[in-house]
Amino acid sequence: MDRTKDYLKIEKRARTGRLISNIVIYTLLALWGLIVLFPFYWMLLTSVKSYGSYNAEHVPSFITLSPTLQNYVDAFTTVSLGKYLLNTLIFTLSTTAVMLVVITLAAFAFARLDFKGKNLVFTLFLSLMMIPNELVVITNFTTITNLGMRNTFLGLILPSVTSVFYIYLLKENFAQIPDELYYAAKVDGTSDLRYLRRVMIPICRPTLITIIILKIIECWNSYVWPRLITDNPDYYLVSNGIQEIRENGFGRENIPAMMAAVVVISVPLIVLFLVFRRKVMAGVARGGTKG
Amino acid sequence: MDNKNTKGWLYLLPAFLFLGAFLIYPLIDVFVYSFEEGYNSASQTFSGTGLYNYSYVLHDPYFLRAVQNTLILVVITVPLSTGLALLISVALSSVKPLRDLFQTIYFLPYVTNTLAVGLVFMILFKKTAYSDGLVNLLIQGFGGNSVDFIGGPYWAKMFVLCFYTVWVVMPFKILILTSALASVNPIYYNAARVDGTPKWRIFTKITLPMISPMIFYLVITGFIGAFKAYSDAVALFGTDLNAAEMNTIVGYVYDMLYGNSGGYPSYASAAAIILFSIVLTITCINLLVSRKHVHY
Repeated sequence: MDRTKDYLKIEKRARTGRLISNIVIYTLLALWGLIVLFPFYWMLLTSVKSYGSYNAEHVPSFITLSPTLQNYVDAFTTVSLGKYLLNTLIFTLSTTAVMLVVITLAAFAFARLDFKGKNLVFTLFLSLMMIPNELVVITNFTTITNLGMRNTFLGLILPSVTSVFYIYLLKENFAQIPDELYYAAKVDGTSDLRYLRRVMIPICRPTLITIIILKIIECWNSYVWPRLITDNPDYYLVSNGIQEIRENGFGRENIPAMMAAVVVISVPLIVLFLVFRRKVMAGVARGGTKG
Repeated sequence: MDNKNTKGWLYLLPAFLFLGAFLIYPLIDVFVYSFEEGYNSASQTFSGTGLYNYSYVLHDPYFLRAVQNTLILVVITVPLSTGLALLISVALSSVKPLRDLFQTIYFLPYVTNTLAVGLVFMILFKKTAYSDGLVNLLIQGFGGNSVDFIGGPYWAKMFVLCFYTVWVVMPFKILILTSALASVNPIYYNAARVDGTPKWRIFTKITLPMISPMIFYLVITGFIGAFKAYSDAVALFGTDLNAAEMNTIVGYVYDMLYGNSGGYPSYASAAAIILFSIVLTITCINLLVSRKHVHY
């Protein structure tokens, strides 16, 4: 009888211990979640406050009873936010498209074709991954300036259409496709290019999609190169656009309209992330660099 | 055979052209630039070769300020963000319900535009004529004195910069550490539990050694990333970082290249090369240290 009581007591103590540790853990998790989410909440909230009511609040309120969409209208009419978004879209899509062609061809050559010096060239390629962007940007800036390509999409796009890392990632994936498929296709008289298009690309679609998503995120958020290469607001991307809006946009104090612009810029990527959540996270875990 | 060779190179040609023009040639050129003295970007001539650019940069008070800022940023944010990420990842891995939700939320900063969200941080911390800003109101609520974090004293600005940097780099670290924790073989934990090992001991003797390669990876990438800090600072303090005393080494390089104080690719090159000698040295030291502490 005594024994059973002891067991009950021990069990009870263990349960309380688990409960306490769970409370501590969830508090910690919720706290960090709050820190992460709060800026997002704040920008949404501020973006629907009217200019007058925002400036009348000495102590900013945490909710607003009279939301307005006027700031969003302002963001598209007073400053050229639409233009910045369009530029970014063009830049992102064309950079990603050209890059896909370039890296697919290169990865195919490394994974499938045999030619002299392939291994040496591949090793050299890999060593290129260690070159930091900040070192080469100086000369690239001069090159593009000398070519007269400042304030053009070509100047924006050209330096970022190759990525050694993505070539490596794709090559590894291509190499997993069994050789037999290739020989069978050869027997049937399929050309290399057709084999690449019809067999390899469909098989490796998951990797390609991951690469596309990572590249889109990178392009959408790129700031340094566009800032160097464009000084004409007609060619600004969103990052430079938001900086421009901040420094001489609505007048310094129209914070709600600024926040509306921030929301508009942030939403596309957040939606993309929520839709492809697992792909994005798996992709970043394999090859992310920020941080 | 010959046909085969040509074909292989043909497929590589586009990649080669782009890499050659925008990666290999610039890498060589940046060293050339850094030794050309008195380079004039309008006429593209220079007066001599030597180490003058390096000595100019090393004596430039703006550069020294940038080095100081970058070093403070590195020393504070790398250990802080790695430690915090470890804490959160361990907490995250020990619970089941809501884990997916938390993971999704924690990853959000990764996919947002640094410049755009930086504006929100600026507003939260900034003190203006009509409102002290939310953070200052909180400080006052706890009985403290309000500080202008964006245009005020140096330590306050540095605090915001560190805070924002940690906020930005956490998603990547949490992601890497949670997947590292998930890949530890449960056999070890079960064996330890059979022996009645206390939790803290399990953590220090099993979990930490098992994930130490990943922690080490994060420390190295963290160092490299923090040394290259730039857009976070721009997001908070605007493009004129020298005036805000908040410039970073990378910011100094870009300012030398372009903008109001720009037009000096030679100085920019010298500064960039100095930066990467520092980064390379620290990475090598990291590698040496890790030999002793990382279990592969």
